[in-house]
Amino acid sequence: MGPLVPDIIGQNLNYVVALFIGVGFGWILEQAGFSTSKKLVGLFYGYDFTVLRVFFTAGVTAMFGIIILQHFGMLDINLVYINPTFLWSAIVGGVIMGLGFVVGGFCPGTSVCAAAIGKKDAMLFVLGSLLGVLVFAEGYPLFEDLYKAGHWGSPHIFETMGLPKSVFVFLLTAVALIAFWAVTLVEARTNRETPKPWLLTRVGVTVAVVGIVIAVSGYFFPTQKEHYLYATHHQQGGGAAAVSGMSVDEFAFRLLDKDRRLRVVDFRDAAAAKSMPLPNAVPFTLENLFEKEPRRLLAQRGTINVFIAPDENTERRLATVAGELGYKNIRVLEGGLKAFEAAILNFDTTLVPATRQDVDTYRFRARARRDLPAVIAASANTAPVVKTIKRAVGGC
Amino acid sequence: MTPKPYMNPYLAGVLLGLLLTATVYITGRGLGASGAMKSAAVATVETVAPSHASGTPYYREYQEEHPEGALKNWLVFEVIGVVIGAFLSGLLSNRLSFKLEHGPRTTRNIRIAGAIFGGALFGFGAQLGRGCTSGAALSGMGVLSTGGIITMMAIFGGAYAFAYFFRKLWV
Repeated sequence: MGPLVPDIIGQNLNYVVALFIGVGFGWILEQAGFSTSKKLVGLFYGYDFTVLRVFFTAGVTAMFGIIILQHFGMLDINLVYINPTFLWSAIVGGVIMGLGFVVGGFCPGTSVCAAAIGKKDAMLFVLGSLLGVLVFAEGYPLFEDLYKAGHWGSPHIFETMGLPKSVFVFLLTAVALIAFWAVTLVEARTNRETPKPWLLTRVGVTVAVVGIVIAVSGYFFPTQKEHYLYATHHQQGGGAAAVSGMSVDEFAFRLLDKDRRLRVVDFRDAAAAKSMPLPNAVPFTLENLFEKEPRRLLAQRGTINVFIAPDENTERRLATVAGELGYKNIRVLEGGLKAFEAAILNFDTTLVPATRQDVDTYRFRARARRDLPAVIAASANTAPVVKTIKRAVGGC
Repeated sequence: MTPKPYMNPYLAGVLLGLLLTATVYITGRGLGASGAMKSAAVATVETVAPSHASGTPYYREYQEEHPEGALKNWLVFEVIGVVIGAFLSGLLSNRLSFKLEHGPRTTRNIRIAGAIFGGALFGFGAQLGRGCTSGAALSGMGVLSTGGIITMMAIFGGAYAFAYFFRKLWV
């Protein structure tokens, strides 16, 4: 599951990856014609809209790409850097950049690209941008208030606008297509030519068909999560047998024994977990099973992950999902926590054991009833470790 | 040799979008450019005026974020890659040449001043706006970030608003 950094690709290898990504980036920018200021500013004077076409197509493609990766459970968006929103610095900084664009004819990425093929104006632009950074750094106390004003956190645009994600994606794609059509007309008028075809070209048709297939496939292929939830819901009998159970006695014994291999994967709600904490417990939710960072906990070797919920059915459903996702060392508490409370914590000592085996069980449960409350009380002091999610650091 | 024609813009856009998707999948972050200029600027100050750098909070903060040196930054490596990639592309398409491009109605000196001043504005604005056209606008659009999309609209909106006043530079 992505992102692959930092656990599959280490920090140092990441720099090598950065170099290769940069090579691709520079190559595409140069091939698209972003290495000349004349082509770049054409956007603002209506004679060449290459920038808009490339930029909008790239943005929409990446948006779809990232949504598809999320859809099929290949990317945990909680770990991806989402540019934070600082309203005023974004607007003022953006307008200053816009002015820099029409005065200088480049933006930072394209200036580096153009400088690489020998454009002297681009080299001067790069020099200028270093000076601009220095001005900002030296005068930082003056700009600090503006820099930090209007902090909204890191929301998604569809959340800010109060739209469902799919509606926003549709609107953005529609705006892009309308823009592609409109700019061919503007371009033709400015350059006094007949409008060039824009959609009914080979590339245009291919891109449109692929885009439509991808968009429609979202309706046919459920997300990875929906798929597993559906699958486990419909095989409560057969599939559930695959996960082995742990009897309440074994569970109690391991708790008393302070077995370090035992990990209680606690699916109770926060209030229930607080009222009766368990040793080695990690709070967990169904969502966590589909997130990269919490899931890593289940993959640790040498631990027995016991899924805990009030009833066994819930436990088995969750455990089956985890099993489908490829996690092996998972067991469920037989009868759920309700059975554990009834049979162990509230063990009825007035019962009279009938057989020899019952006598052993009686003795054990009576001991567990006596000693476990102390173990549970002790674990209340050592609150469960909650792993904090660390997003990738990004931005400029 | 005559330069080869440029790539179809929609094809270039799809390739760039796929590259950005791959970047997010592999590294959890997007593309960028102005961040490397910040690294270079900070590294320059550290070399030229080390006492000034260690005495100013802005540089100190950056040093704390980059304990292994200002240049050991993801974007610095990426931008070195951009230089290599663009150079190879220019080489293969016969577009390598030392020249100063300027509009038909302007002079070399005005273009030189414009490039430096425009670069300075962009460098400054990218610091204030936390990213440029690559890091904030394009990558922000890919991950549907509100901040990135506001920055994008401000950049292009601002450029259109000012374009009329600088038309003699270009057309």
